[in-house]
Amino acid sequence: MTPLTTLLTALDALNSNKLRSGLTLLGIIIGVTAVIALTAIGNGAQETITARIQSLGTNLLFVRPGASTSAFGFAGAAGSAATLTLEDSEALMDPVLASHVVDVAPETSTRSQVVFERENTNTTVIGVTPSYLPVRAYELADGRTISDADIAKRSQVAVIASETAEELFGLRNPVGHTIKIGGRPFEVVGLLEEKGGTGFGNQDDRILVPVSTAYYRLGAQRTAGGEITVQTISVQIANEDVSDAATEQISSILRLRHRITDEDDFSVTSQLDTIETLEETTQTFVIFLGAIASIALLVGGIGIMNIMLVSVTERTREIGIRKAMGAKRRDILSQFLVEAILLSLTGGIIGVGLGYGFTYFFDDVELGGQALNMVFSGDIALIATGVSGAIGLFFGIYPAMQAARLHPIEALRHE
Amino acid sequence: MQQAMPVISIHNVTKTYQMGRVLVKALQGVNLTVDRGEMLAVMGPSGSGKSTMMNIIGCLDVPTGGRYLLEGEDVREMNDNELAGIRQGKIGFVFQTYNLLARASALANVEMPLMYGNGRNRRARALEALDRVGLAHRAKHMPTELSGGEQQRVGIARALVKEPSILLADEPTGNLDTRSSDEIMSVIQGLNRNDGLTIVLVTHETDIAQHTNRIVSFRDGLVVDDAPVAQPLLAGQHA
Repeated sequence: MTPLTTLLTALDALNSNKLRSGLTLLGIIIGVTAVIALTAIGNGAQETITARIQSLGTNLLFVRPGASTSAFGFAGAAGSAATLTLEDSEALMDPVLASHVVDVAPETSTRSQVVFERENTNTTVIGVTPSYLPVRAYELADGRTISDADIAKRSQVAVIASETAEELFGLRNPVGHTIKIGGRPFEVVGLLEEKGGTGFGNQDDRILVPVSTAYYRLGAQRTAGGEITVQTISVQIANEDVSDAATEQISSILRLRHRITDEDDFSVTSQLDTIETLEETTQTFVIFLGAIASIALLVGGIGIMNIMLVSVTERTREIGIRKAMGAKRRDILSQFLVEAILLSLTGGIIGVGLGYGFTYFFDDVELGGQALNMVFSGDIALIATGVSGAIGLFFGIYPAMQAARLHPIEALRHE
Repeated sequence: MQQAMPVISIHNVTKTYQMGRVLVKALQGVNLTVDRGEMLAVMGPSGSGKSTMMNIIGCLDVPTGGRYLLEGEDVREMNDNELAGIRQGKIGFVFQTYNLLARASALANVEMPLMYGNGRNRRARALEALDRVGLAHRAKHMPTELSGGEQQRVGIARALVKEPSILLADEPTGNLDTRSSDEIMSVIQGLNRNDGLTIVLVTHETDIAQHTNRIVSFRDGLVVDDAPVAQPLLAGQHA
């Protein structure tokens, strides 16, 4: 029997029982659509997170203090020690020892209650230097930024980010008004342009104050030597290619300053490290979603096997007739196998189409305040189609063998 | 030379079945020779072994003992696939219950056996076969749209289409009224008399058997009578 004849015979058989074929198809369609749609959601989430981190700039390195160690030798969380100072950050601006460093932005942050008239909110208050805005890629919408003079005088001035401003001032321009941070009056001197993005690490919900003011007036940690300590130093480097060299330069400067001989009391991480870690995490999430959806596909496969078994029983007589007319075992086997594969493959292809449609129509749809980002993956589509075909083969082989094994005489007697 | 070699040559064939714990001896040493162009009837009560004999002749089953040569080929040592090949090439079956595929048109039914061989021009050959049984005009009809007699003629066309060495007809008129019966017998007789097709017909109706040239009677797994028909009846004479 030629492959074409086998295909046509199988199509004919499936066509003669449209409802049944359709329902069996549906099982596979749902499975494949679920796989495509869920992995699209997962990939979308991954893309969103990566994009958000990239929006911070990939040419940034973060220097953070190491873990503090208590008197009893228990290690605290990373970043809990107060070992980085404002002087450390200034030392990183050395044009010779730190040639790859373009700019540094030390910061110290704390959460605080912020009040304006009868409005109040709890937000992140960050002590910064003038370089914070360029390094973290903020633009001023109005007013001025924190100046060196503000730091020297420990002025009680604040630059407010867009979302915090809206929270406290509504539609009014906050510049020139006085707000209370932790009970102390601060004059709002500037307003930041909106950066976009919500949820995780919202960059539009914060208040910037001079780093000295934050340290002395807002009760951050203090060192024995009276230097201003900082929690993070954002280091802007020329480009991400010199990331490793810059890390090395920063480390050697800090080791020298901290007189370190063995273990570093700080850590330098790049944005790329962060992205990598998050991508690994979200990849697991995508695989997890895909695995759940695969269960639906498996159930669809069992549906195929079920219907093929019923079909073999129903068509026993037909099998007998075909065998009497000279059909060989492999003719019968391939006929039923092709039917099963045709079912699952068609289901797979329709499922990919539906999944694609789903991805297309639900991309950017607002869902619970967040725009749903869905990324259709051609690889997954190919794999899903392949797997659905394989499912047809796997679940079709047993019924097809049952059919092929039938003895022609008994099959002919079957009512 | 061709006349010298019989189409069917059966020597001392036995067939034993295991039915649960009981051993059933369906055939107990049958001898039968059928020459090319013969038309014979196999008769006998149910349980006489005639169905078993037909299955063996039709290569649906193999004998337990003895020798069966089909056109000189020993069938006994063949496996399933080789038997299927023989059925495809040499045997044309006609069944009592027609056994047409309900979902396929008359033409598609006749075409079906050709799919399992190296069939070229399947459609044309199927149409020709339908024409030989006088049903070319109903080629596109589904079996349910045909009368019993017509369905059986489709069945005969299906058996004819691959130009078999033998036509095996198992009670071909068993489900038909007298008139349709006569029609079918006339077709079958025509194939034998005009085209020289070898025909083995199983029946329990004596007047159907009288249409053939030779009657072989079975009882208890043995041939008990094998005699030529003196004056074969001609179908299609009255009606």
